[in-house]
Amino acid sequence: MTDVVSTASRPGRRATSDVVRRLPEYLMIWVPLLLSAAHLISFSLWTIWISFTPSTLIPVSGWVGLRNYNSVLASRNWQIAFDNLLLFGSAFVLLSLIAGLLLAILLDQRIRGENVLRSIFLYPLAVSFVVTGTVWSWLLNPGIGIQKLVHDLGWTSFRFDWLIDRDMAIWTIVIAAIWQSSGFAMALFLAGLRSVDGDIIKAAQIDGAGPVRTYWRVILPTLWPITITVVVVQLQFAISAFDLVRALTNGGPGIATQLPALVVYDLMFQRGQLGRGAAAAVLMLLILLAVLLPYAAWRYVQRRQATHA
Amino acid sequence: MRDRSFVPSRILIYLSVSLIAVAYLAPLVVVVLNSLRTNEEIAQGSMIGWPQHLAWSNYAKAWSGFCVAETCAGIRPYMLNSALVTIPATIFSTLLGAVAGYAVSLWRFRGDNWIYGIVTLGLFLPQQMRLLPWTIVLRDTGLINTLTGLVLIHTIQGLSFTTLFCRNYYIAIPHELIRAARIDGAGFFRIFWRIILPLSAPILIVTVIWQFTHIWNEFLYGVTFTTGQQQPVTAALIALSAAIADIPQHGVQSAAVIIAALPTLLIYLLGGRYFVRGLTAGAVK
Repeated sequence: MTDVVSTASRPGRRATSDVVRRLPEYLMIWVPLLLSAAHLISFSLWTIWISFTPSTLIPVSGWVGLRNYNSVLASRNWQIAFDNLLLFGSAFVLLSLIAGLLLAILLDQRIRGENVLRSIFLYPLAVSFVVTGTVWSWLLNPGIGIQKLVHDLGWTSFRFDWLIDRDMAIWTIVIAAIWQSSGFAMALFLAGLRSVDGDIIKAAQIDGAGPVRTYWRVILPTLWPITITVVVVQLQFAISAFDLVRALTNGGPGIATQLPALVVYDLMFQRGQLGRGAAAAVLMLLILLAVLLPYAAWRYVQRRQATHA
Repeated sequence: MRDRSFVPSRILIYLSVSLIAVAYLAPLVVVVLNSLRTNEEIAQGSMIGWPQHLAWSNYAKAWSGFCVAETCAGIRPYMLNSALVTIPATIFSTLLGAVAGYAVSLWRFRGDNWIYGIVTLGLFLPQQMRLLPWTIVLRDTGLINTLTGLVLIHTIQGLSFTTLFCRNYYIAIPHELIRAARIDGAGFFRIFWRIILPLSAPILIVTVIWQFTHIWNEFLYGVTFTTGQQQPVTAALIALSAAIADIPQHGVQSAAVIIAALPTLLIYLLGGRYFVRGLTAGAVK
């Protein structure tokens, strides 16, 4: 019964036996949470520490300052990966926002078969990037995919060989990524559209606003908090994209579709440059923080405004 | 807009929605069709085409016939590996997450907000930041290249998600319920077992689907910490396409891809509603 009273009145032995009695409870609460928290903190610090050591094939102690960072940042591999990330990240996020919003608006028109359609737009998210990357690598391969099909149909001058084109290959990743995850943007936008107050829409219609105008002026402005969430989640995906690229282009042709996550893997496990690999991983984390910290600040402000209102 | 009076615009809406739906389904349809075409047939034409006669043997070969490196056992051993990693890791991470979510939302203890805040950082920390430490830890404990090692990783890392999902669900349970039970003398486990768990079915389904899908589809840890016969199916698929790049066997490969994708696709078809709830719950954080 009332633990508080009994421990307070007789602190000594009673308190110890209470701790023993409740030991399974403490273990059950603390062991998983502590393991999780400890691995997050210690692994992060560990990787950061390795990034300042001269480690190559095995982790060694020692201090080389920013040498690993400098050599990663100076490498062509990283520079291409970073440029690709900027292009891939912005194109993918922007286009999947547009696609997701368009799909959500279309599905919001009280159409028949909405459930089936929604399932179709979302199923790619249930499949692994390895599978979808492999499938897209077949479709986009000029020798066996879409280009070959069109050639066989008679249009022999047709060209769709982005997969083997150094300048265009990054767009194949954009295509596959949009196909796979625009359904996510759609799901969030659709939930947002459904929660728009019906009275506002009616008021706009009574004022004589047409459908386009009502969407543009009345409904879409209410969606911007969702938009920010979608952007942040998709950026988070873009920054750590690995599986999809590995299966679709494996960074090629050459290193034309290199991305930061591939550079990290390459340095750590293929070139045996643990120090540089760790530095590249920390750089990835910094890019991620550049996205997440402003978002966290924005969320904090939003919440404070909500509680003060 | 939301009225049905204007017919041409309705037709336009249905037309565009159907076209987009076809585009989303096309890759799946192409692979399914390919999985039923012979390798020769695909080699003569393209990957996109109708099977001339149904080559079901592709599935038999993909399941237990073709060779990756030296072993010719098909995709079966790797499917088994994925199952042996995914099922225990899903169960452990979901149960531990449910208890942890209950502890931080309803039971409350000193430092609960702090520890919860740190645990949820795991949603954001890139896998790349944990690759080297996990490699070292697994090697020192002898768990490198074992399925047990992958179960351990996915259980600990999954806790960030499962704790968050459950905590956000349990927070809506009235505290008075817990307080009354405590006054009646019910302890931590009793309350969990008698009050919390019976209320948890929806969130446990969401969590199990989320964890299963993610662990089954995971690739980076699988390819980093296991080799050869110990690899999960995602890593084996990559090894497979590298192994038969010289003599393409796209029919068999398509069948292998379908088999590998089937478990998560089936779960999606059966529990799509819960899958979507997990997606949005994971996003809003």
